[in-house]
Amino acid sequence: MSELVIKDLQVSVDTEDGPKEILKGVTLTIGSGETHAIMGPNGSGKSTLAYSIAGHPKYTITGGTVTLDGEDVLAMSVDERARAGMFLAMQYPVEVPGVSVSNFLRTAKTAIDGEAPKLRTWVKDVNGALERLNLDPTFGTRSVNEGFSGGEKKRHEIAQLELLDPKVAILDETDSGLDIDALKVVSDGVNRFREKEGKGVLLITHYTRILRYIKPDHVHVFVAGRVAASGGPELAEELEAEGYDKYLKAAAV
Amino acid sequence: MTVTDTDLGTDPSIARDSVASALEQDRVESHLNPPPSYDLADHPVPTGREEVWRFTPLKRLRGILDGEASDKQLRREASLPEGVTLTEITAEQARELGELAPNDRPSALAVANAGGAVLLDVPAELEATEPVVVTLTGKSADDLVWGHVVVRLGRFSKATVVLRHAGSARYAATTTVVVGDGAELNMVSLQDWDDDAVHLGRDAIRVGRDASVKHTSVSFGGDVVRMHANVEYDGPGGEAELLGLYFADAGQHLEHRLFADHNQPRTKSNVVYKGALQGQGARTVWIGNVLIRKVAEGIETYEENRNLVLTDGCQADSVPNLEIETGEIEGAGHASATARFDDEQLFYLRSRGVSDAEARRLVLHGFFNDLIRKVGIPSLEEQLTDTVEAELAKNVLDGLAPVGGAQ
Ligand SMILES: Nc1ncnc2c1ncn2[C@@H]1O[C@H](COP(=O)(O)OP(=O)(O)O)[C@@H](O)[C@H]1O
Ligand SMILES: [Mg+2]
Repeated sequence: MSELVIKDLQVSVDTEDGPKEILKGVTLTIGSGETHAIMGPNGSGKSTLAYSIAGHPKYTITGGTVTLDGEDVLAMSVDERARAGMFLAMQYPVEVPGVSVSNFLRTAKTAIDGEAPKLRTWVKDVNGALERLNLDPTFGTRSVNEGFSGGEKKRHEIAQLELLDPKVAILDETDSGLDIDALKVVSDGVNRFREKEGKGVLLITHYTRILRYIKPDHVHVFVAGRVAASGGPELAEELEAEGYDKYLKAAAV
Repeated sequence: MTVTDTDLGTDPSIARDSVASALEQDRVESHLNPPPSYDLADHPVPTGREEVWRFTPLKRLRGILDGEASDKQLRREASLPEGVTLTEITAEQARELGELAPNDRPSALAVANAGGAVLLDVPAELEATEPVVVTLTGKSADDLVWGHVVVRLGRFSKATVVLRHAGSARYAATTTVVVGDGAELNMVSLQDWDDDAVHLGRDAIRVGRDASVKHTSVSFGGDVVRMHANVEYDGPGGEAELLGLYFADAGQHLEHRLFADHNQPRTKSNVVYKGALQGQGARTVWIGNVLIRKVAEGIETYEENRNLVLTDGCQADSVPNLEIETGEIEGAGHASATARFDDEQLFYLRSRGVSDAEARRLVLHGFFNDLIRKVGIPSLEEQLTDTVEAELAKNVLDGLAPVGGAQ
């Protein structure tokens, strides 16, 4: 069971000219076992939504609420949110020089579970996850995200999704910059996660391409810091054919 | 980020040096480093305004530079692989072995006052399988101790030498390392002093033809630690890797000064020093001087210093200097950066459930990790990693307000 409820979320960032409002009241409910796709043009505030839910210090919440199974997410620290079951696959994963992938994964798993994983099964789990994401077994010895190709970074994010097994995953443009083979590998990973009981997915994307592999239950069009329209998978088909123009014009008025 | 280039155009002392070098190749001196000399008159008591002393808190040297005689010693324990010897020699013998003359007051005083030297001798062609470990332990910071050491590696020999300083003292020492042709040395000087020790040290290295030297200076303890690592070459083809790792706590002054003197063609120097600072008044200084002489064609040099500032109230100075007298070089570069914890890195780790303190520990571990592996002494690796983490545990994990995105 997992339900992520976002109500009237308003977020601003500090700029040289003072605070700038980016999210202007976002309301969304990701029910247990549901996959929601958020589609929107560049600069519409998709990453801001993802980062704000995860607790990035750059963003200031000026209004609204976010709850996970009734718990106040916004009152939690960044790591508490992760331990409560939130996971963000980042659009631009961060390099951590000198920290190996295997050390990182083990540290994260220990933090999430509150105890160190059993060595035998853990090694098997890690190797399995890396293999399913088409990552070389020596991947574990490399420094986190350092010198990774774009595709390796995204596949590493999904490997973490498999291993850390959150309640709700927010995937911020995980499809961007992937060739078709990598896109399939990543989509398979996300689908394996979705098959598990009660998992929620918020799939943020700029393109409709990934929706051929990951079938959303709901699609939202995101423009200028707001949900401009919501519907079923047919909405994605409409966007594929007509683009965001209609919504952008409406937002500009 | 601070990067300082020596301005070749306007510094009159460089112009003078260049003229001198055209006349008399061997005598040219770097304007960054005083001329070597055994004569104490050439090394007057510093006022603190001198370029080479301006970063050092002279008062806290507690009278070492006055140069009083003292017969106090550090207790010496040595573990020597077969064939390697440790003996006492006279100061004259040390000179005859080809030691490098003192280049500052503490090293000149050390030679004058130590009453002889200790020779660590690795015979020609011996390949020592175990590391040489020498531990020098002081009794009290009230004891003034003068040290004079020569390390000699015979032709084509191979050795690892760990020199560990512990306990407390006011200690000034000069160590010459003469590395024979084709020999290979891996040497670590570990400053693991108690809180009140003062250590002024100079490791002067002569790299033989086609020889290679790795020298690592590790400074954790002490009130004031000021270490020189000097390298020059006895022939072409020599390589020197100069590494350093330091961790300054509240009130500590840790200073590392490098001088790579490319006085021979086709020689290499590669310098990487990394440091962390935490607590009120923690101070580190890194001065990286590289001189590429006219004869030194086809050389390669790179130097890098990185500092990670963990809390408010710390100061890290970092000054790379490059003097170039020939244009015929393979490569020369430097980098220097002083940074705080990166908010994006901490956020990434914390978004995976890792606590703030644990995220900082990981980042710091990563910061030093590559360097610790480069040291290349497995028995020391774990010890260095543990010490770094213990240092971090002292303050940051104890809830001393860290800088940056804690929330
Ligand atoms: N630090 C900042 N200063 C000014 N504007 C910012 C800052 N960070 C983000 N923005 C603006 O916020 C808007 C939303 O950005 P983002 O959430 O990254 O959009 P998306 O992910 O949909 O491309 C953009 O117009 C961007 O320029
Ligand atoms: Mg984005």
